[in-house]
Amino acid sequence: MFSNASSFVEGVDFAFFVIIGISLIFLIGITAAMIYFVIKYNKKKHPKAVPTKDNFQLEIIWTVIPTLLVLGMFYYGWVGYRPMRIIPDNAIPVKVTAKMWSWSFEYENGKWDSLLIVPVDKPVKLELFSPDVLHSLYIPAFRIKEDVVPGIANIMWFEANKTGTYNILCAEYCGQRHSYMLSKVKVLPQDEYEKWYNSKDTLAEKMMPGEIIMKKQACIACHSTDGSKLVGPSFKGLYGSKRTVLVDGVKKEIVADDEYIKNSILNPNSEVVDGFPQGIMTNYSGQISEDEIKQFIQYIKTLKND
Amino acid sequence: MSTEQTAIPAENFFNQGGKGIMSWLTTTDHKRIGLLYMYSIAIFFSVAVIIGLMMRLELIAPGKTIMEANTYNKMFTLHGVIMIFLFIIPGIPAVFGNFFLPLFLGADDVAFPRLNLMSWYLYIIGALIALSTLVFGEGSADTGWTFYAPYSVKTGTNVSTSVFAAFVLGFSSILTGLNFLTTIHRMRAPGMGWFDMPLYLWSTYATSWIQILATPIIGITLLMIVAERVLGVGLFDPSLGGDPILYQHLFWIYSHPAVYIMILPAMGVISEIIPVFSRRRIFGYKAIAFSSLAIAFVGYLVWGHHMFTSGMSGPARIIFSILTFLVAIPSAIKVFNWLATLNKGSIDLQPPLLYSMGFIFLFLIGGLTGLVNGALATNTHIHDTAFIVGHFHYVMFGGTGFGFFAAMHYWFPKMYGRMYNIKRAKIAFWVTFIGFNTLYFPMFILGLQGMPRRYYDYLPEFQDWQVVSTVGSWILVTGLIMMFTNIIRGARKGKPAGDNPWNGYTMEWQTTSPPPLENFHEKPVYKEISYDK
Ligand code: HEC
Ligand SMILES: [Cu+2]
Repeated sequence: MFSNASSFVEGVDFAFFVIIGISLIFLIGITAAMIYFVIKYNKKKHPKAVPTKDNFQLEIIWTVIPTLLVLGMFYYGWVGYRPMRIIPDNAIPVKVTAKMWSWSFEYENGKWDSLLIVPVDKPVKLELFSPDVLHSLYIPAFRIKEDVVPGIANIMWFEANKTGTYNILCAEYCGQRHSYMLSKVKVLPQDEYEKWYNSKDTLAEKMMPGEIIMKKQACIACHSTDGSKLVGPSFKGLYGSKRTVLVDGVKKEIVADDEYIKNSILNPNSEVVDGFPQGIMTNYSGQISEDEIKQFIQYIKTLKND
Repeated sequence: MSTEQTAIPAENFFNQGGKGIMSWLTTTDHKRIGLLYMYSIAIFFSVAVIIGLMMRLELIAPGKTIMEANTYNKMFTLHGVIMIFLFIIPGIPAVFGNFFLPLFLGADDVAFPRLNLMSWYLYIIGALIALSTLVFGEGSADTGWTFYAPYSVKTGTNVSTSVFAAFVLGFSSILTGLNFLTTIHRMRAPGMGWFDMPLYLWSTYATSWIQILATPIIGITLLMIVAERVLGVGLFDPSLGGDPILYQHLFWIYSHPAVYIMILPAMGVISEIIPVFSRRRIFGYKAIAFSSLAIAFVGYLVWGHHMFTSGMSGPARIIFSILTFLVAIPSAIKVFNWLATLNKGSIDLQPPLLYSMGFIFLFLIGGLTGLVNGALATNTHIHDTAFIVGHFHYVMFGGTGFGFFAAMHYWFPKMYGRMYNIKRAKIAFWVTFIGFNTLYFPMFILGLQGMPRRYYDYLPEFQDWQVVSTVGSWILVTGLIMMFTNIIRGARKGKPAGDNPWNGYTMEWQTTSPPPLENFHEKPVYKEISYDK
């Protein structure tokens, strides 16, 4: 029922086994005793209660035994967890950017993808980065999870030991489209991974530079290019159209020209599109260059209303 | 059962002290204040239950079922805020603590009756502020009840108001704690030493200390969120130079001990009910009393287990993990002592005992799954998944909620002088109990399979258990409706119950039902309890 595909799974699942096993024994034992007492000492059969005599020895026994048991549980929890903190030196570094509401993965050679692609049986180190709010990178099949905290460089690692495709989910609530902040990890055989890693960026062949920027910066998490409304307005037919915006709460009509679009990216809260929430779009100044904005505008000019 | 009584004594607090709504709104009688709390809590609880039902309905199928993601996110926030701050935290202390604390002690009221009324007003004001976000401003908060920064700083919804509501409610809680603490210290009946106190008082005593010492921290933390949103002071948002992890520490330094504010009073209730219905003194009185204090103390030191995946240092994770396991021990001690009390008793399975046994079973599941959360390896997997949602509903609802229901069925005849229908109460228990498990048990499985919490939508492979869980919510609500209609009918038309229908041992059963305004017709003196009745 539960997929397993990393070197941590054994240790983690053994801890589950120990803790849930002992817990079940206690649950069943105590419940059975409770039911047994209620039946056996029912007032009809047992009209006179035996007066209570405290028993100090018994108190000691049922303090000490559970204490030893939980310390054992702690121990196996720690043993299963320790390898997650010992990162091998030869781990392949991947920079992960978690942003409302998408994942992106960047490799040492500059390769970029919205899926995490890794070789089988090789350690991989994920450097976690968020420009906006808390997220959490969760791969159930690997039994790993670590929060992506803005301003703090958290690290996690794993070694996948089965090829295949597994879910990546965001586990820390991050706003409207939290439950859509999903991706996949693809575990490839070594040679296929090499081939993928050394191939030229296929995106560049198929897409305009502006479209690639939109993907990499994860604008597509909030803006569509086909006219559908996500969290933000669609880019389709945007360029050159009339917009109603709120400036400090006052409505204004403007035309979406280069200047307006640039301002919308670098200073999104100064002119807020009517009917959309303020404060959701992050300020992209410093993250996106003048040139990139030009390329982006070039691209959305092509998205005309039909 | 004791002798039949055919009429309700005329001298009771419903008749004395004036009739009409104003006499209630200006009352300083602890019994009336307890009832004011009970009625208001019942209303808020129902609202939150309805919200819960709608969320479960949304989750019956992937994709949109009845609401948008934004609405769903606001709903789970409001559901959490209401259940935590308006039901579970005040719940047992404010209703049964208020009503029975002075009766337990043989006193005529709490130490500061007016402050007590003010606590209720603060509670109502806080509640109204929280609910006002539904109607005013940019919509109610969509952050989850934890208000995690920096999302809570960035979102356009009305976080400031919700957070301010929690701040006001915190004051209500602090004042209640202060009042009870003073009452227990100063107003015990002549002859009643510390170790003569009913165990319910010990748990109330421990709870009061946590309320006084921990609540101010959450108060100031929540105000810091407001300062950051309104004034732009950089405290928690890194883009303003703040630290989001600091927020989590401050939040959980209160909110973990708060878990014990929620559960200790329920444990106290169970420790009262079990001896009465097994007709023998509680086993291990001192062990239970001290375990309450131990929980209150160690409970302060385990908050980090809410943050195992936030990027804490290795040693910090290890220390918090060990301490978390140790805090399980005092709870285990209580369960064993309850069990030993049932052993060789003469057991009468009346509704209060049935609810208490429900409590033990559900709390056991909640506590034992807590061990899964406490271990580092397993925590990494189930952190922030449906498993956690299952776990805390078993502890809070299965534990404190069922403790509340047990208390309600136990003290009802004392409060109203009437009895509800016993058979219906038992049927309602079973429906509620089955519905509860159908609703929440699937969450453990979903969590183990990797279903994160606070998800409006989910991958199709999770659907089977989501459907089971939603069906469970319908059964649970049916049970709750049966339970409450039975209670309401009992309050209005039930047969007169007599002063001591359960043959209770503690002092509240020595006065008439409902008690007179001054609680006892003559000032009682504490006598050693005889268990041979
Ligand atoms: C987290 C969601 C989110 C992300 C990510 C995001 N935006 Fe936005 N964007 C919004 C919202 C909401 C609005 C409308 C409110 C406003 O104007 O601030 C908006 C408005 C805009 C507008 C004005 C649109 C109009 O119809 O007038 C432009 C242009 C824009 N965004 C560009 C971008 C670009 C380029 C990126 C990526 C670098 C991006 N956005 C990433 C949410 C987002
Ligand atoms: Cu996220």
